[in-house]
Amino acid sequence: MMSSVPNKQGRFGAYGGRYVPETLMPALLELEQEYARVKKDRSFQSELAYYLKHYVGRPTSLYFAQRLTKRLGGAKVYLKREDLCHTGAHKINNAIGQGLLAKRMKKPRIIAETGAGQHGVATATVAAMFGLQCEVYMGTEDMQRQALNVFRMRLLGSTVTGVDAGSRTLKDAISEAMRDWTTNIRTTHYILGSVLGAHPYPMMIRDFQSIIGREARRQILAAEGRLPDCLIACVGGGSNAIGLFHAFIKDKKVKMIGVEAGGMGVASGKHAARFAGGKPGVLQGTMTYLLQGEDGQVNLTHSVSAGLDYAAIGPEHSYLRDQGRAEYTSVTDDEAMAAFDILAREEGIMPALESAHAIAHTMKVAPRMKKSQILVVNLSGRGDKDVQQIANMRGITL
Amino acid sequence: MTSKLDRTFAQLRQHGEKALITYVMAGDPSLQDTEQLVVELEKAGADIIELGVPFSDPIADGPVIQQAAERALRSGASLRAILSMIARLRAKTQIPLVLMAYYNTIHAFGPERFFQEAAQAGVDGLILPDMPPDEAGPLKGPAAAAGLPLIFLLAPTSTSARRTFVARQSQGFVYYVSLTGITGAKLLNLADVEKNVGKIRKVTKLPVAVGFGVATPEDAAKVAAIADGVIVGSAIVKQIAAYREKPEMVKHVAEFVRSLKTAMRMAQPKSG
Ligand SMILES: Cc1ncc(COP(=O)(O)O)c(C=O)c1O
Repeated sequence: MMSSVPNKQGRFGAYGGRYVPETLMPALLELEQEYARVKKDRSFQSELAYYLKHYVGRPTSLYFAQRLTKRLGGAKVYLKREDLCHTGAHKINNAIGQGLLAKRMKKPRIIAETGAGQHGVATATVAAMFGLQCEVYMGTEDMQRQALNVFRMRLLGSTVTGVDAGSRTLKDAISEAMRDWTTNIRTTHYILGSVLGAHPYPMMIRDFQSIIGREARRQILAAEGRLPDCLIACVGGGSNAIGLFHAFIKDKKVKMIGVEAGGMGVASGKHAARFAGGKPGVLQGTMTYLLQGEDGQVNLTHSVSAGLDYAAIGPEHSYLRDQGRAEYTSVTDDEAMAAFDILAREEGIMPALESAHAIAHTMKVAPRMKKSQILVVNLSGRGDKDVQQIANMRGITL
Repeated sequence: MTSKLDRTFAQLRQHGEKALITYVMAGDPSLQDTEQLVVELEKAGADIIELGVPFSDPIADGPVIQQAAERALRSGASLRAILSMIARLRAKTQIPLVLMAYYNTIHAFGPERFFQEAAQAGVDGLILPDMPPDEAGPLKGPAAAAGLPLIFLLAPTSTSARRTFVARQSQGFVYYVSLTGITGAKLLNLADVEKNVGKIRKVTKLPVAVGFGVATPEDAAKVAAIADGVIVGSAIVKQIAAYREKPEMVKHVAEFVRSLKTAMRMAQPKSG
């Protein structure tokens, strides 16, 4: 089921909208129209379904984590295995959709921003497969901690351009991609990687990611004969979370929890917990909760995981929180690191550090739930990309 | 109601002149410098001054203005401090002052309060590069109550429907962005600018000012032959950056502005 947001202006309640320079407005309006067209177009949808099945490897499994469940001693924990997608994270669900759209709009060049590098790798992959020219913007701080993904993108034939401004992370990469798009708008489609930015991006990316929840809903009904009690996902911009949540929004009994990056703790100021530390504002095209100072300057953020290290959250999450339909919390870097180890050792699955945040929160809530209850956790990506960083943090040279 | 911007453009037209609109980032390198610059740039021939409000994430700006914003933020130039500076300046000069601010700085200040305090301080107009008129609805009431014109932008990519829509919402003047890109890029195609300014004139009687990419006195003269106003930003900010640690900074920048205005005057056939 589709929910009724956003409205025609791209508003999720008070959030969302289109706060961009005039140069981009015609392109956003064109994208909105084109997206509305393909959404109803059978041939587009069947082409998308084809690639999701044969190229991405969908449906991904909904795996009952038996040993983790036993260890936590409470609710049954199911993992939605987006880590099994081609390229190792949910990001490719969106990249395929937008890549097909770029082809339809006859744009020979695509650009993307990336934080953890997963969206960059997914976009570079799709560009290679569709024969499109591709440039990916990445903060130089992220290039360092995700060096492996930088190399992967280059192997795939994309140009990776370092961004040395501001915090040198995801936020600055998005600004630079927007500047590129403003300059090259006639030839270029911007494949934004999360439910951020100006309308129609938050809606369109949600729709492309909502396959996660549609599958999970069907799979849990098949496995358990009933809906889960609670959904848990990490929230950077919020695309894997909204992807899981969307198909369950009307199922009011299903609780939904988004987990933000608590970094070194919310009290330390070094975090990316937008709901704990932010207030509504406008960044990079959209009105939403934003970590900012008193006079509206955007704060620097911190997280051990590059994919969650961003000052704003997707506008639909701000809306779901205001509505009381979803709740949001955060876990610290240390808690996420501990969860990484536990999932690796209990289940033989190394989660991405982003996804490890969802696991860390699961470890807090599952023990407090009844054994008859069911938790579905989005395992948004695999941790291979983080191995080098974890080794560095532990003082190990590989 | 006629605004100070309306009167300035009308007076210039009477003298057969075009408006030179100079952009400086408020607080770059310090608010004291900006205060001096405003006074001296007016003497050097600037007709309107655009004051940038620094923002951490300026998506419409190239590296020159991004770095100016970083310097201004380091010097402590908040919107509040900028309004105080403008109030002080009003004892010295009545030159029209237009603020160019990314919307979040206004949102955080509180839009209602902002318009009241800005008008009181002596601000004459507001340009929001990341807020098209489509989103500006909630600002119209407070802006009108304070008598502050909202100036909107058009771009080479604007469709004819948007040209009509945006031009009709704009007040004071229409800001035509001369190129598909960000500030500080090179002006490419004068013929294209002329064509688009002509199309804008068909849908509005407002003056049209052209900005982005005007860097030299020669550019300024050429654009003056086409438009009612010439906006020079990055080229001035670059001079400020290069001379920011030297005592002759203000004098040097004023000289550059004088050369822009001189070139514009020479390009105008004397009339009226
Ligand atoms: C594996 C993984 N999970 C989560 C995220 C966070 O993004 P989002 O909140 O849009 O899902 C990223 C972003 O890079 C990621 O790579």
